Amino acid sequence: MPRGRRRTIHFSKLYSFSCIRSSFEDVHAKIGDRGYSRVVYCNDPDNSEALQLRYRGNYVSTTKYTAANFIPKSLFEQFRRVANIYFLVVAFVSFSPLAPFKAVSVLIPLLVVIGATMVKEAIEDWRRRKQDVEANNRKVKVYGRNHTFIGTRWKKLRVGDLVKVHKDEYFPADLLLLSSSYEDGICYVETMNLDGETNLKLKHALEATSPLQDENSLERFRAVIKCEDPNENLYSFVGTLFYNGREYPLSLQQMLLRDSKLKNTEYVYGVVVFTGHDTKVMENATDPPSKRSKIERKMDKIIYILFSTLFVIAFVGSVFFGIDTKKDYSGGKMRRWYLRPDDSAVYYDPKRAEIAAILHFLTALMLYGYLIPISLYVSIEMVKVLQSIFINRDQDMYYEETDRPAHARTSNLNEELGQIDMILSDKTGTLTCNSMEFIKCSIAGTAYGHGKTEVEMALANRRNGVAETGHISSDVVEHSTGEADSSRKSIKGFNFRDERIMNGHWVNEPHSDTIQKFLRVLAICHTAIPVVDKESGEISYEAESPDEAAFVIAARELGFEFFERTQTSISLHELDYETGEKVDREYELLQVLEFSSSRKRMSVIVKSPENKLLLLCKGADSAIFERLAKDGRQFEDQTKEHIHKYAEAGLRTLVVAHRELGLEEYKAWEQKFLKAKASLTEGRDALMDELADKIERELILLGVTAVEDKLQKGVPECINKLAQAGIKIWVLTGDKMETAVNIGYACSLLRQDMKRIVISLDSPDIIALEKQGKKDAIQKACLASIRKQIEEGFSQINEAKKGSSSTKAFGLIIDGKSLEYSLKKDLEKSFFELAINCASVICCRSTPKQKALVTRLVKNETGKTTLAVGDGANDVGMLQEADIGVGISGVEGMQAVMASDFAIAQFRFLERLLLVHGHWCYRRISMMICYFFYKNITFGFTLFWFEAHNSFSGLPAYNDWYMSFYNVFFTSLPVIALGVFDQDVSARLCLKYPSLYLEGVENILFSWTRILGWMFNGLLSSIIIFFFTTNSMIPQPFQKDGQVADYEVLGVTMYTCVVWAVNCQMAISINYFTWIQHLFIWGSVAFWYIFLVIYGSVSPSISTTAYKVLVEECAPSPLYWLVTLLVVVCTLLPYFSYRAFQTRFKPMRHDVIQQKRLLSCNNDQIDASGELPVRVRGKLRHLRHRLRERES
Amino acid sequence: MSSNTAPSSSAGAGSADSAATRRSKRPKYSRFTQQELPACKPILTPKWVISAFMLVAIVFIPIGVATLFASRDVVEIVDRYETECIPLSSRNDKVKYIQTPGNKTCSRTLTVKKHMKKPIYVYYQLDNFYQNHRRYVKSRSDKQLKDPNSANTVADCKPEDKTNGASIVPCGLIAWSLFNDTYTFSRNQSEPLPVNKKGISWKSDREHKFGKKVFPTNFQNSTLKGGATLNPLIPLSEQEDLIVWMRTAALPTFRKLYGKIEVDLQQNDVIHVTLDNNYNTYSFSGKKKLVLSTTSWLGGRNDFLGIAYLTVGGLCFFLAMAFTIVYLVKPRQLGDPSYLSWNRNPGGH
Repeated sequence: MPRGRRRTIHFSKLYSFSCIRSSFEDVHAKIGDRGYSRVVYCNDPDNSEALQLRYRGNYVSTTKYTAANFIPKSLFEQFRRVANIYFLVVAFVSFSPLAPFKAVSVLIPLLVVIGATMVKEAIEDWRRRKQDVEANNRKVKVYGRNHTFIGTRWKKLRVGDLVKVHKDEYFPADLLLLSSSYEDGICYVETMNLDGETNLKLKHALEATSPLQDENSLERFRAVIKCEDPNENLYSFVGTLFYNGREYPLSLQQMLLRDSKLKNTEYVYGVVVFTGHDTKVMENATDPPSKRSKIERKMDKIIYILFSTLFVIAFVGSVFFGIDTKKDYSGGKMRRWYLRPDDSAVYYDPKRAEIAAILHFLTALMLYGYLIPISLYVSIEMVKVLQSIFINRDQDMYYEETDRPAHARTSNLNEELGQIDMILSDKTGTLTCNSMEFIKCSIAGTAYGHGKTEVEMALANRRNGVAETGHISSDVVEHSTGEADSSRKSIKGFNFRDERIMNGHWVNEPHSDTIQKFLRVLAICHTAIPVVDKESGEISYEAESPDEAAFVIAARELGFEFFERTQTSISLHELDYETGEKVDREYELLQVLEFSSSRKRMSVIVKSPENKLLLLCKGADSAIFERLAKDGRQFEDQTKEHIHKYAEAGLRTLVVAHRELGLEEYKAWEQKFLKAKASLTEGRDALMDELADKIERELILLGVTAVEDKLQKGVPECINKLAQAGIKIWVLTGDKMETAVNIGYACSLLRQDMKRIVISLDSPDIIALEKQGKKDAIQKACLASIRKQIEEGFSQINEAKKGSSSTKAFGLIIDGKSLEYSLKKDLEKSFFELAINCASVICCRSTPKQKALVTRLVKNETGKTTLAVGDGANDVGMLQEADIGVGISGVEGMQAVMASDFAIAQFRFLERLLLVHGHWCYRRISMMICYFFYKNITFGFTLFWFEAHNSFSGLPAYNDWYMSFYNVFFTSLPVIALGVFDQDVSARLCLKYPSLYLEGVENILFSWTRILGWMFNGLLSSIIIFFFTTNSMIPQPFQKDGQVADYEVLGVTMYTCVVWAVNCQMAISINYFTWIQHLFIWGSVAFWYIFLVIYGSVSPSISTTAYKVLVEECAPSPLYWLVTLLVVVCTLLPYFSYRAFQTRFKPMRHDVIQQKRLLSCNNDQIDASGELPVRVRGKLRHLRHRLRERES
Repeated sequence: MSSNTAPSSSAGAGSADSAATRRSKRPKYSRFTQQELPACKPILTPKWVISAFMLVAIVFIPIGVATLFASRDVVEIVDRYETECIPLSSRNDKVKYIQTPGNKTCSRTLTVKKHMKKPIYVYYQLDNFYQNHRRYVKSRSDKQLKDPNSANTVADCKPEDKTNGASIVPCGLIAWSLFNDTYTFSRNQSEPLPVNKKGISWKSDREHKFGKKVFPTNFQNSTLKGGATLNPLIPLSEQEDLIVWMRTAALPTFRKLYGKIEVDLQQNDVIHVTLDNNYNTYSFSGKKKLVLSTTSWLGGRNDFLGIAYLTVGGLCFFLAMAFTIVYLVKPRQLGDPSYLSWNRNPGGH
């Protein structure tokens, strides 16, 4: 989906309750044009025109491959990697005499590696296919030719079919709703699979089709739908129904989308409009943008280095080979006559030594190919998948309340989690719960509500217990809250305590009429749906946003109970303030002017039972105050003051206003509005906004609501830990500055000792300029002002740096408007400089686009790894822009999760995700890659040294099969175990010492020095292996019976040393030895001997040089074993000594922590702080788990 | 999962039906998935480092001493003869001399410096001879050597595959260039020292790689003669010189077993060697040596292993001492919390 649209569209468009009644003559200009060409013949399967259209069937396939194209397509995917291409070319060339070894021995490892990856692909695809098959074979009832409904499989549905869907069934395709079990043709739909929202949405059929209630009436139903072509826009639909000679406009209101579910409705009838891949949900199925981790990108560079090394040594070898070959035959004289240089194939021909050298170069490229680890990619992929499983299975990241474990949606970014330098976080729903509680309100200039918010409590703490709560009428707090709490149960979303207006007491307040109007607005101006519990008669609400639910609940609790909604009316149980009795009142609903992020307000127009036309409006203060009538500003000053105080207390405020409309005025406006609404032109939205703007004027201010968004559990602690881990956190929020700042304090993002640098454009001169309305002047002034403020910020920081040793930390707070200017090219740099010098940054009032822009700026400017975390659709851009996007699977739907790389249920799990899993994965992957290069360099260079001793003729030092099994059997499993299981310190210590995380941020474990160090270690090992073995075994007899070590024996001895050396190197470099590591490491070594015995006992025509080489020749020789011991210890010594010196003189962070753990373990088995040893804790947890299982 | 579940106002229409089917997604506990498997976590503590170094030293030094003794036990007589066996007049053009047919007998005198216990192994050592050249190594037919019916499998043997259209057995460059210097020993002028040439090859070679029914045919019949000829009446499995030669050496300097002298040689015994200097190492300036050697449990004489063991053992001992001193002189708590402070670099970058 294109990002821009996703951000701006609001879901309320899914269910506007407007009624379209009037004419549409000129509306469908676009129908039939390009993009609007679809024609559906309803319930007319034999129509010849319908048959001609040949729309796709309802068969759906989400698989990447089909049986036919699997092999070529997956092979193509495989060979997009440079290394694999190289190995493929090698495999082909190895069939020529150029090859230093048998072709099969090259082919088999390649086949194993490619095969493993292909099997993985195939399994994944098979799973997808199984899902497809399940979906395609679901049953649905289709209206057949014999005028009854017959069960059919989903995949057999065709466009134009009439289907009947029952309660709790999924819609098999995109349907046009004709009628439902309800008389007025409405139905409820759950769109969980589409957008993750669990609340029900109302759909309603056209009045013209809603009487089609039974199978007989359907018999005569024939209609034609002309509509838009298939597209991925979930939130719009344009079409026309031609039925009974009339045209009816269709909107999303009549569409039932595939993969959503029918709820609370017995059955519906619908016509299939889009099938299979044409459905909106399938059109939406796109893969998230693929991201690669920094380590992998660096790894590519290392591969290139290895390739160049390969070319260099191959070239050097060829030169020497050419020279040697050339010398073999000159002037009719043969030098090395035993090679018959006089009669030679081109590969060794001294007369054409140059060509021989070039051909030899190719041979050498193949021979030294062992420098490139063929199994690296596949091993890394396997390891990452296993790591992801560990993330998904982590019990400590499971959130019980929503029953959601953590989910690694992409596995290729695991190690990036360990290198996060900066977190960009959304606020609402990410730091906070996004469960809104109505806590305060201000009506007619009087503030109501005694509840204390978390922010207020944090503020109180901050002021060292000074009991200043920022509260407006705090005198009655104590006794009233106590009373209220004991007398009534707590209600979700409602935390309002004020007996002045509760329980109907509001009638006695001075401005009771205003209070009545205020509560009425809360009860009417929304898009919630009441759900009546049949047994208890209690009413709950399905609302678009938690804010809205909070308002409706508040209205209910205060005596204005909204209990029924039809397409044209809203009914309330209302407290009549004159009689004090409850009466039912029905408001006729005329229009809904929807909420959007640009409008920042929503309104409804209703006709009251007294036939008064009312416009009820609620919205952001900035949007409402400028629309107030002159005589509607009676309480403006007090209200503004209250808004300010509420914002300070971390509350979200909405201003409530209303207006009475004249009939004439409304009629005139309605005509225009309906016309605009029915139009299909591109500018429709803008036109509607403009018209809405015209009527939403001259409002009368009623009051302000204040809703608290509670901080999520553990957020301050988590932020504190992350800060200790050296991670900088920026908060990007759409909230007001005061709210944002206070939340900042509440979640310890801002601390008391921090100095605040505020950049905003709220200065009086700019406001004055804005009133004059000269655009150029405003821009200039703004830019100048911001530049000045940034400079001031710099000077503050510099002063602090120079001034005292106790460097004060800085917090930067910037508002959206300033941000817009700051992100302009010429200011970008200096703004950014300032921002990274501050410990915390809060951007308030920022739009989704700005969020994404800031993310990009940070990512590009620092070049460091950024992580964005958010929960809503407005964070999608940010999540995709950042190196890693983490979605909070919370209340606001699944968009963020769908666009994310990792999904967690609570912000606090970020701590474990980064500090534990991130750190481990980073460590594992970087060690694994380093080790991979080490082991292949060790091996590859022994070949090179041997070449140097056979005049670079291209003879491998080892038997072909030893070599091809090197990467596959003798060294692969331990390195995978390293990548999956190794941990430097336990999870508990990772969390206890967050500074450990800096190893990843500073990229210590994958720095060039470390990589080159490992490579050098490999080189050194190869030198030790080759020269020690040759010098001690050759030329004297190596056995008591006088036999000398020949080519075969030397090969086996060297190979034994290599296998031992690389496996022991692994053993001394890992930190964590479970039985798995032991099995893999020692098993690999043992397997080498077993292999040698087995391979050596098959017929010599197959085993060639390996025939009985261990049993007869090596094993009886003590020299062979002594050489192995010497060489292995010598290869390990450099690394071991280096590590010994390092831990002693320049310990790394994990060394220190390991040491500490050891000390504390020795001192007291059970820590004084009550921390139990790991085993005990594991046992405890296990017991607890069993207990829980038994209970449930 | 009760009190404050769904944060929105939803009382959940249709939650009843899903509750029955819904299972908790809580990950199952196992030590494996929670990454809490029992493990040992080795740490390089001073104690460990020192004991590891000490262990290596303690193991290596005795081994070094033992191997060095074993190596020194071996008595070895090496006689380089490739120049001396050419008459002074021909030394300007050795290649021509060696390529000219004729009697090239040469006699050498060796003195036994130390008592040599039987068996005494006789080796010839060649230098600068690339038996490990790829062209050379590949130039053989294992099938032909083993199977009398595969005499024509000579594809790999070019150019020594056929002569006048008939396949050569054994074919290939290795066999063709078979070493053909011969040695005859006598002690103290008179007493002949028989050289046992049986059992000088690997048993598996004799039994499984060289056929009992394969006889040399057309060998050394081509215009360009290589090295030794073979008796066409003896099967390959008994041509031990050939079998030894066909085991290609790993490096350009190598020894090959010529035979065994199965009597003790006393100190100051004078050994006369009558050798036929036939083999051409002159065109590639290779050395030729005759080696008589006893063996110890470790094999022949080579001090390298012993010295290496002693050196590494000594180095480890030195490192162990150095670390001990460092730890004693300047013990530092490694659990120094200042290393963990994140305040160390304010700003965190």
